[in-house]
Amino acid sequence: MHESDVSVEINGERLTDRVEPRLLLSDFLRHRARLTGTHVGCEHGVCGACTVLVDGEPQRSCLVFAVQADGRRIDTVEGVARPGEPLTAVQRAFKDAHGLQCGFCTPGFVMSVSALLRANPQPTDAEILDTLAGHVCRCTGYRNIIEAVHLAVAYLAEEARS
Amino acid sequence: MPLLLVRGGECRDSGSYCCRDLAVCIQLAIVKPAIFDYHAPAALAEAVALLAEAGPEGRILGGGQSLVPMMNFRIASPAVLIDLAHVPGLDAVSVDPDGSLVIGATATQSRVLAAPETAGWPLLRDAITYIGHPQIRNRGTVCGSLAHHDPAAELPAVAVALDAELTLIGQDGSRTVPAAEFFVSHYETSIRQGEIVASVRFPARPVVEGWGFAEFARKHGDFALVGAAATASSDGVRLVLFGIDERPRRLHEVEAALVDGGFTQAALAEALASLPDLIHPMDDSRGSAEFRRDVAVEMSRVALLDCQERLHA
Repeated sequence: MHESDVSVEINGERLTDRVEPRLLLSDFLRHRARLTGTHVGCEHGVCGACTVLVDGEPQRSCLVFAVQADGRRIDTVEGVARPGEPLTAVQRAFKDAHGLQCGFCTPGFVMSVSALLRANPQPTDAEILDTLAGHVCRCTGYRNIIEAVHLAVAYLAEEARS
Repeated sequence: MPLLLVRGGECRDSGSYCCRDLAVCIQLAIVKPAIFDYHAPAALAEAVALLAEAGPEGRILGGGQSLVPMMNFRIASPAVLIDLAHVPGLDAVSVDPDGSLVIGATATQSRVLAAPETAGWPLLRDAITYIGHPQIRNRGTVCGSLAHHDPAAELPAVAVALDAELTLIGQDGSRTVPAAEFFVSHYETSIRQGEIVASVRFPARPVVEGWGFAEFARKHGDFALVGAAATASSDGVRLVLFGIDERPRRLHEVEAALVDGGFTQAALAEALASLPDLIHPMDDSRGSAEFRRDVAVEMSRVALLDCQERLHA
């Protein structure tokens, strides 16, 4: 088996490792980088739990091989707010609006919503739904998640003013 | 939903094409890919050589949003993957001096949607918003979707509606294939072994043109049950349906009836009344042939009404 060297910047830290080409980025993050905040649900791109940022864009880590991430910048939920740091506006909004219950899907939602609001701090309802439609949540019924995004928009606007 | 596509149409259960119904699928026990060799060539010629060397066991990796799910379930297990991501310039989106839009093999759907160069092809842009979700479109490519040819996918129908041409590159050089001839059957195209889709070209559109796109899916982002793409200008009317046949289906009879009738409301009603007899959709767990036929009429109506409205706007 031909293994390849990959060098990936994860949450600002470089990780170099030797991997089989068939290793998925989701498994690379969980088992090699030991970052288990990225959750693995359906493993075929439908549920959105494994969503991470690749060069700043939300993508399914279960539909990317680790070798394809060589030289790229990956952001996972662990890098959103480090231990000891205050939660970000998006994280606070999910907490305050009860945008999660069991939390399994939450890392994916947080990554997609963080990327959406960074690119577009005042998204329309249609843009919010387009982003959220890429994620499945079996607990909340989505209402509170939509509410959380609106709240995050308000928190970010508040932060920008102060 | 980007998946469940059994190449060539062999479901292990029914022997027919893939129904995409997770609840009934028996092929989904494994969610890790089989072993393969990975190549990331830095030039297209190198990719062509690697593909020739790999033979039938080789597959091209573009965005991977259809291929990787298939590999995770081992519906596909190519021995060699050739990743085009490192070929410089292959992600270009540009307008040629003759006014046509050229989209390179690795240009993502998100990029094509946002590129100022694609403003003159609103039907293409609108159809892309129906593909999966932003998280999928950030990686999925336009050329990859065409090469994959899911008969329920949006882009093959749009390519036929807009008279796109695909440029295929192999060891014997390159050739151009019109979209109308490119799509053969479920997940089958006229790509020959050893060929790579290098780009797709969309000709310039008439200055005054109406367009419409409509699809019916159980939820946004799923593959459509049935969809319709339409254009109208002084050059004529074009109606292409997808999800009803093994490939995008152009409705010449409806188009002719609309042109002859002056594209009026009365002509539209008459043309749509003839549509059910012209199509023979499939029956499966997602919908009966009868239901698909009804939906096909409604999607055609929506797309053509939008065409009329935009033509006269």
